[in-house]
Amino acid sequence: MEVNGEIYRVAGPVVTVTGIKPRMYDVVKVGHEGLMGEVIKIQGAKATVQVYEDTSGIKPGEPVVNTGMPLSVELGPGLLESIYDGIQRPLQVLQEKMGNFIERGVTANGLDRERTWEFKPTVSNGDAVEGGSVIGVVQETANIEHKIMLPPTVSGTVKEIKSGSFRVDETVCVLADGTELPMMQKWPVRGPRPVAKKLMPTKPLITGQRILDGMFPVAKGGTAAIPGPFGSGKTVTQQQLAKWSDTDIVVYIGCGERGNEMAEVLNEFPELEDPKTGRPLMERTVLIANTSNMPVAAREASVYTGITIAEYYRDMGYDVSLMADSSSRWAEAMREISSRLEEMPGEEGYPAYLSARLSEFYERAGSVNSLAGLDGSITVIGAVSPPGGDFSEPVTQNTLRIVKVFWALDAKLSQRRHFPSINWLTSYSLYTQGLADWFSENVAPDWTDLRDNAMDLLQQESELQEIVQLVGSDALPEDQQLTLEIARMVREYFLQQNAFHPVDTYCPFEKQYKLLKSITKYGEMATAALESGVPMNKIITIESKDELAKVKYEEDFDAALDVVMAKMDEEFAQLGGN
Amino acid sequence: MTKEYKTIVEVSGPLIFLDKTEPVGYGELVQINLPDGTTKRGQVLDTSADMVVVQVFEGTVGLNEESGVVFSGETIKLPVSKDMLGRILSGAGEPLDGGPRIVPDERVDVNGAAMNPYSRMPPEDFIQTGISTIDGTNSLVRGQKLPIFSGAGLPHNEIALQIARQAKVPGSDEDFAVVFAAMGITNEEAQYFMEDFEKTGALERAVVFLNLADDPAVERIITPRMALTAAEYLAYEHDMHVLVILTDITNYCEALRQMGAAREEVPGRRGYPGYMYTDLASLYERAGVIKGLKGSVTQFSILTMPGDDITHPIPDLSGYITEGQIVVSRELHRKGIYPPINVLPSLSRLMNSGIGDGKTRDDHKAVSDQMYAAYAEGRDLRGLVAIVGKEALSERDRKILEFADLFEDRFVRQSRDEDRTIDDTLRVAWEILSELPEAQLTRIDNKYIEKYHPAHQKTSE
Ligand SMILES: Nc1ncnc2c1ncn2[C@@H]1O[C@H](COP(=O)(O)OP(=O)(O)OP(=O)(O)O)[C@@H](O)[C@H]1O
Ligand SMILES: [Mg+2]
Repeated sequence: MEVNGEIYRVAGPVVTVTGIKPRMYDVVKVGHEGLMGEVIKIQGAKATVQVYEDTSGIKPGEPVVNTGMPLSVELGPGLLESIYDGIQRPLQVLQEKMGNFIERGVTANGLDRERTWEFKPTVSNGDAVEGGSVIGVVQETANIEHKIMLPPTVSGTVKEIKSGSFRVDETVCVLADGTELPMMQKWPVRGPRPVAKKLMPTKPLITGQRILDGMFPVAKGGTAAIPGPFGSGKTVTQQQLAKWSDTDIVVYIGCGERGNEMAEVLNEFPELEDPKTGRPLMERTVLIANTSNMPVAAREASVYTGITIAEYYRDMGYDVSLMADSSSRWAEAMREISSRLEEMPGEEGYPAYLSARLSEFYERAGSVNSLAGLDGSITVIGAVSPPGGDFSEPVTQNTLRIVKVFWALDAKLSQRRHFPSINWLTSYSLYTQGLADWFSENVAPDWTDLRDNAMDLLQQESELQEIVQLVGSDALPEDQQLTLEIARMVREYFLQQNAFHPVDTYCPFEKQYKLLKSITKYGEMATAALESGVPMNKIITIESKDELAKVKYEEDFDAALDVVMAKMDEEFAQLGGN
Repeated sequence: MTKEYKTIVEVSGPLIFLDKTEPVGYGELVQINLPDGTTKRGQVLDTSADMVVVQVFEGTVGLNEESGVVFSGETIKLPVSKDMLGRILSGAGEPLDGGPRIVPDERVDVNGAAMNPYSRMPPEDFIQTGISTIDGTNSLVRGQKLPIFSGAGLPHNEIALQIARQAKVPGSDEDFAVVFAAMGITNEEAQYFMEDFEKTGALERAVVFLNLADDPAVERIITPRMALTAAEYLAYEHDMHVLVILTDITNYCEALRQMGAAREEVPGRRGYPGYMYTDLASLYERAGVIKGLKGSVTQFSILTMPGDDITHPIPDLSGYITEGQIVVSRELHRKGIYPPINVLPSLSRLMNSGIGDGKTRDDHKAVSDQMYAAYAEGRDLRGLVAIVGKEALSERDRKILEFADLFEDRFVRQSRDEDRTIDDTLRVAWEILSELPEAQLTRIDNKYIEKYHPAHQKTSE
């Protein structure tokens, strides 16, 4: 039910209106141009609206219409391969309607109303259906079968079910009570879609990134944060995850970041192949781009738009990963709006509800059994951009209280081009234990030992480094010098991974295992040789050791590794000892 | 809409408050007529049925309750035309060079609209600046925003000018222009730029906006917006490749802070407004290339870091928005090295798309990574040597230590008019890298070592 009122005051993105019978989060159309906004505060006869578009030139007295509906996204076939702004307007449509720059006052449907989809029913007349039940399927892309589900709040008996080619808003099913159901449904973004049951995450998200998979894995359905100062690798890491993770669907939210980064994804993803299916990566991807110069209220909404779309695919039984780059910009949007509302500021000016909003968001991740009875998951990976790179600030701290995996980016590493510049001493994953069984069954029984050994070496290295800082490395006993050398190999040969190298950008688990195993093997042989009296500088200057540094770049890794390791055996045999 | 209101009820800092107006639009341009006959300009910050708040650009000196206020009914616009080239304008867009007013082709809202990310073309055309520390290790591409982070008294202006003079896309001679916006810099500094522009003939291809140190601070808030509006116009309406130099971003941010304080806003970190990130983004993001259009806007702005502190909110927020930064180092400057660019904290995020086979050279990335790694290690070792002496270093470490010196001396250092081609830069890079044992070049694929390493060149000849 629409209610008309008028504008009382305009101050940037925050507009005060009267006479609209507001309810919290109602969507309103502001001014002669009908700019979209959302009620965020009600005080007596006045309601405060955050407007998703630029408000320049808007005057008091202009009309306001309350749509009476909360901010919602359209869910149905056609989401994949789309790029939206923070309130689900397709950027391609905006470009068609108003050119290369985003003017205001243009509305655009989230889902294309012209396009038709081949709907195949999976229920029959007389079947009882409930909220979330699958009533049919659509082949959305070559690999994704889009399940058409009943909206969570609807149930009944199928009176009529169609088959054939339909647009998303055409009725495909009628229930006994007369409810007509199109393929498309809407869901208000600020609340989670219901599920039958939350499950424990038990499988890792395989990312093809050695330091993530090997050292600090995240589970499918888990949560991870990547905090780091500017230029330390948040976006590259998020993009690597979007490219190479073994997930069915990727929702990538560019929240208050750069336009060129989104353009790059748009340019690259149609060309790159999904390692799992061989299809173009774009076919499994939904992009939300509300860049730093786009309206700040829509930035605030973008994160909710993204997670709601993720939940929808999860409900179909898919593994979804969601990247939010950067959650700090989202928090800042909250802060900006809150300060315009003249709310009591909390820590560093952020609203007191910052922590609650962050946990509500991350709570929407998880591994679930959906209303349709299907197992799906959402893995949420949030970038955090702490001012001055100082992790003690409120957004980082509040995030770390919630997420289970912490990938700490370190400017010291990025400055020396150690990539990914994730600090191996301060990062952690709380899933390591829970996933150990999976790793020994699916990678190798000795995987966990290899990993623990490597971590132990790195720990020793950092302790030894403190001594080296005082006395120089030559003053250390030879066995400790060797430890340093092997730790360096772990860092440079294993942890370092170049996202821009055609081969090294993606490292299958088997290769990760072999690489770490080979380094470990060198370590064992070297230690044995040293014990039997071979001089240290001979051990560390064998050629095969340097060659091992480069096998990760080889197209035919297995063959190259075999050659290097055979040579290593030979070289150690020649060194003798014993 | 020429009605004049004499309803000012309060003047506070750069702000005036009026009541009893007809509805006024948010962001409207305002003219204020002072009793002495002078006029000032301002912009609506807050508008309601009861009260209108106006921010006055030229400051509120001499303003009182008798002053009249006229609302223009539109937001701030810049008259644009190709004739702007060669002109010197004030920070608010008025001619300063005694020339005629610009006869506009169009009048464009200075705030600009956000470029649709879908319309963007990822920047990828390598710009050769002739400076090795940029071309070799932090390459600039067309459409990038890459500021210089510097400090008071460092030669950032010289570097910016050297770049403005030398920048070219190898193998192309397309139409280019420079848009230069001074924000709160001294008259002397501005002269330095102007003279160089004149000497090199660059002025003909330039549009200059000057808001100097003694001009009103509030005007500084629109100066860069004027400049970027002119740049976008030249780039997207006239197919030009525009290099925008904004200097000094720090003065711009100080003006923002001053405005925020005047409005009694809750301040963010170190007193700067909580929306400074968004505000700066509305400037920096106005760089780019649009699919299907020929022109481009590249930003090479100057920012002096207060106290040389890169974690200060101004460089920090900038770094989070721009596509990298070129950091000028006091330490290298003291050592007498020009250009004193410290590559370690410097970064060009778009480098990867601008370099490599077919653009610069296939080994470029690997060579750059290798130099970074070795130089970083070498600098660490300097610290160690200071404590334990060179003797305590292993043979490997000694080599790396020497490399760091070579790097600064041969790769970083160049003369003020030395315009190195990218091949020159890579040649110098290989020369110094070849001083390291080959086995230590772990970042470089063997095929490049065979192809470019001086030692291999000799054997193959
Ligand atoms: N895994 C990697 N391999 C190679 N290079 C990398 C890697 N990660 C980061 N880089 C380099 O570091 C640069 C900065 O990374 P990125 O853009 O991801 O930083 P960020 O943390 O997102 O910064 P900001 O907060 O400013 O957005 C990249 O442009 C790239 O050159
Ligand atoms: Mg980033």
